[in-house]
Formats: sequence, structure tokens, C-alpha cells
Amino acid sequence: MDINGIKSQFPIFSKKINGKPLIYLDSSNSSQKPINVINRLNDFYKNEFSNIGRSIHSLAVNATNKFEETRVSVKNFINAKFKEEIIFTKNATEAINLVATTFGQQNIKEGDEIIITELEHHSNYVPWHFLRETKKAIIKFAPINNDGDIIIEELQKLITPKTKIIAVTHLSNVTGTIVPIKEIVEIAQKKNIPVLVDGCQSAPHIKVDVSDLDCDFYAFSGHKVYGPTGVGILYAKKKWLEKLPPYIGGGAMISEVKKNKISYAPLPEKYEAGTMATAEVITFNESIKFMESIGMNNLMKHENEITNYALEKLKKINSVKIIGNPKNKAGVISFTIKGVHPHDIATILDEDGVAIRAGHHCCQIFHEKMNLTATARASIGVYNTKDDIDILCKAIENCRKIFDLK
Amino acid sequence: MDLKELYQDIILEHGKSPRNLGKCEGYNHDAKGYNPLCGDKVHVYLKLDNKKKVESLTFEGEGCAISLASASIMTELVKGKFSDEAKDIMNAFLNMIKNTSEIKSNHLDDDQKTKLMSLSGVKQFPMRVKCATLSWHTLISAMEGKKEEINTETID
Repeated sequence: MDINGIKSQFPIFSKKINGKPLIYLDSSNSSQKPINVINRLNDFYKNEFSNIGRSIHSLAVNATNKFEETRVSVKNFINAKFKEEIIFTKNATEAINLVATTFGQQNIKEGDEIIITELEHHSNYVPWHFLRETKKAIIKFAPINNDGDIIIEELQKLITPKTKIIAVTHLSNVTGTIVPIKEIVEIAQKKNIPVLVDGCQSAPHIKVDVSDLDCDFYAFSGHKVYGPTGVGILYAKKKWLEKLPPYIGGGAMISEVKKNKISYAPLPEKYEAGTMATAEVITFNESIKFMESIGMNNLMKHENEITNYALEKLKKINSVKIIGNPKNKAGVISFTIKGVHPHDIATILDEDGVAIRAGHHCCQIFHEKMNLTATARASIGVYNTKDDIDILCKAIENCRKIFDLK
Repeated sequence: MDLKELYQDIILEHGKSPRNLGKCEGYNHDAKGYNPLCGDKVHVYLKLDNKKKVESLTFEGEGCAISLASASIMTELVKGKFSDEAKDIMNAFLNMIKNTSEIKSNHLDDDQKTKLMSLSGVKQFPMRVKCATLSWHTLISAMEGKKEEINTETID
């Protein structure tokens, strides 16, 4: 795979940041966009725009077909069985809220238990917290060890007859931990407990096969997979989508509306009320094509190589500490520098054109567990190279110099 | 943008060894401040005498060099001032960070103004302004006896 070729597909890398070439290491937050994605969005608005599903003019038919083509591409991308199992939302957060709300409405009562983990992003905690408030449900946290791995035996011990659902991340946005979802699903299935997987970080970086994982729900965001903002994806097993109540009410999600009775549309429209992010969903098909043009195996191999190179180099810098050391790690590297606060690191790195994130990365539970207020995070995307890592390390040296560290 | 202007020696020095850390003895006012964007926290303690003069002023907190230096310099400059003077200094400071490039206050001498001006580099880094202002807002909240925690997302 020609990596430089890939970087040149992203127009943003021809821009200068503070007079320096952009070294983008914030892909866990959101990825940059390749030219085919940018062009498609522009092209759709310029030449093809129409709303979908309602009108019968040619533009509407074309847009509807294209919208459904993305659905099929997403189905194939994550290997779902049916295209009706793919629901478009605003983002993964909305997808998880959809499940928490509708599942909670139907299946959670006072004293019921929801298991999440100490690795979760706030978006896979807060929606469940709402059920703690409204339904008096109980949230249990499966603990992690110092390496940042979920202790599966401990998770297993939390399960009781009152456990109604397990919600867990596939890939930590702080430690890069790749969570053994299959193992968790097997444990849950023995007790008939559904599993929701937060796939925000896994979808862009590892091969995802929801049929193989056999999870009940899988949520991810298009903007992290080299796609436009405004596109979230919820995969749910058909049996759940058929059984659960609708989420947002309005146009498109109904079948028949009378003064005394409303019936709902079949799947997937039942969960897609109102005008969707039409252009963005249609454009997202190009992101999947981009991923497929590289091939998941090549992508994983490349990102692994860059991650290992980064870890090796960072470990050699005095006073840099890498947070977590999970058994299986993807390209998310959180670190601290003794004597320099992560916000200062981020500001100083930015001056060298190096974009990282600093803070708690929406994972306060994790940071509290690890006794940290904040960390700096470099996260890798398909466009990153070893040169990028060299520049990151040089910028960190500059940080050490400014703060006069030995 | 210039990093040297942001990270002046005095900032780095105060950031590394903040003055007046901890709880001052006999404090009668205190308040907490929180920056949810980064998780930084500050807790300001002060002792006001019956004429509302700041007898002692200390803080506890975790944060970046900018926020620690700002809090540290604040404790040095505000100690010995009356509470309305402290508010005037804070307003002059906020005005300097956000609008003008000078400190306009009758309650600071030239050396004190120079010290406070060391934080002026923050102006070029809009994402860092709240780091510099958190402890000041928290101080005023403590003086006014407000019970609610200061949150950088709900103040200017």
C-alpha cells in the first residue's frame, strides 16, 4: 500500500498550521476527509439534491436509491444480515440514546441492572444514567486493571437475574484497548442478556463483523470513518427493532395516521423520522468505498506499524508515561509528561502543527480510576506516517525544553 | 502566535512552584471552581477581616501552568486589598485578557501590573483564556459567599 498516496488523497494535508505542515493525531476525535468524500457531498448538492422517500419525481427517486445504497454498503461493511438492521442517526451518541430510551422504556423497571465498564466514553454512560434517574435502574461498572483491560471475570460476577443489558466499548478511546466482545457476548448469551457495543473507535480501525460478534446492538459514527458529520449508524438485530417502540416521532416513521390511532412504518423507516442528513448519508457511501479501496487488513497492518513505532519512540523519551498497556492495542496513545500539564502539551505541540487532544477525552470514570485529571492523546489514522511520529516526538522534546525538564 | 510570550519565565516559575498553596488558617470564605473541558479544579480560601480586607488568601488545585501561575499571582496581588479593590483588579485583569493590552487599575503598582501582564500572552490562545480566569472568578465567588461551584462553561 502506498501510504504517501493515501495522505495525498486528503486535501487538508496541503494546508499549513501555524506555518507548519499539519500532523493530525486526533483521529479518535474525528478523522479528516478524503477528496472523494468531499467531492461527493459537493456533487450531490450541485447536481442531485432532493429529499428522499416522499416525492415521485426523478431527483427524489435517485436520492432515495442512493440513500438506500449506503445502507446496503454499511450492512456489508459490518457484515449484518439484513439492510433493515441498519438505522441512520445523527451520530453514535444518538444511536446509543435510541437503544437506551426504547429498550429502557420496554424492559427496565425499578431495581433492574445495567452493566457498563470503567472504559466507557460518556456517550455510553449518560444515556444509561437517564434510566437510573427515570426508572431507578442500577448501573454497575465492570472494573478495569492498570493495563486498561476489562477484568472479564469481574464483569461476569456482576451479572445477576436483574441484569437487563450489558453496554461496552469495542475499542477504548483512551487506552486503545481492543475489548474481547465475542467473549462478553458469549457470557451474556448464556444468561439471555443483550449486549450493546459502542463501535465508535473500532469501525474505523479494525475489521468489524457483527454477525460474528453476535452482539445485539452496535453503534458508530460516520465522521470517525473518514465520512461527513451528521451520520450515525445503529446496527440492531431485527428482532429488537421489530419489538422495541419507536424513538423519535414525526414524518416518514409512520404508516397511517388517524385522529385516534397511529401505526408505524416498517423497518428501517420506523426509526428514521423527519428529514435525515440525506446528502451526508449518501456521501458516507464514498467513505466506505475509500476504506474498501485500502482494504481492512492493509489498514490494520499500517496502523499497527505506526502505533508500535510511536510507542517505541515515546517510551524512550524521559518523563513520558504511556497510560495503559492492554493486551490488544489499537492506535490510541494517551500519555502524560511529568511536570507538564496536558493542556500545555497540546498548546506547545500545536505550534509545531501537531494536533493532539488533551483532557479527559469524555472518559472521566477512567481518569478517576487511574488517578489522573487529564492526559494528552495522540490517535492514529490511516494517513499517519512514521515521519508524523518523528515530528510528534520532536515537538514533545520542545515541550520538555520549554518546561526545562531533565 | 508566540509560545515564548505565553510561557514567560515568570509563568513557568509560578506554575512550577505556586505561592500560597493550601488552606490558610482561619479562613472564613472559600469557593470551588471547575473547568469541565479539561477537568481542572481550583479551591480558593480567604480570610476577610471585619472591614472586608483580605487578610490571607490561598488556593488548592490541579491544572496547567497557566491556571496555576494565574492563581499563584492572584494570591500575591490580592492579599492586603479590600474586597472591592480585588474586584476592580479582577475586572482589569479580565479586560486585559479579552480586550485591551494594558492593566487599568488604581490598586496595583507598576511592578504588580508587570507581574499580571505576564499572563497577557494567553490572549493569542483563545482556548486557554479560561485556564487563566478560573481562579479569579472563583475568588470573587468566595468573597460574595456564593455556594455554587464556578463552572467555566457558564461564566464569561
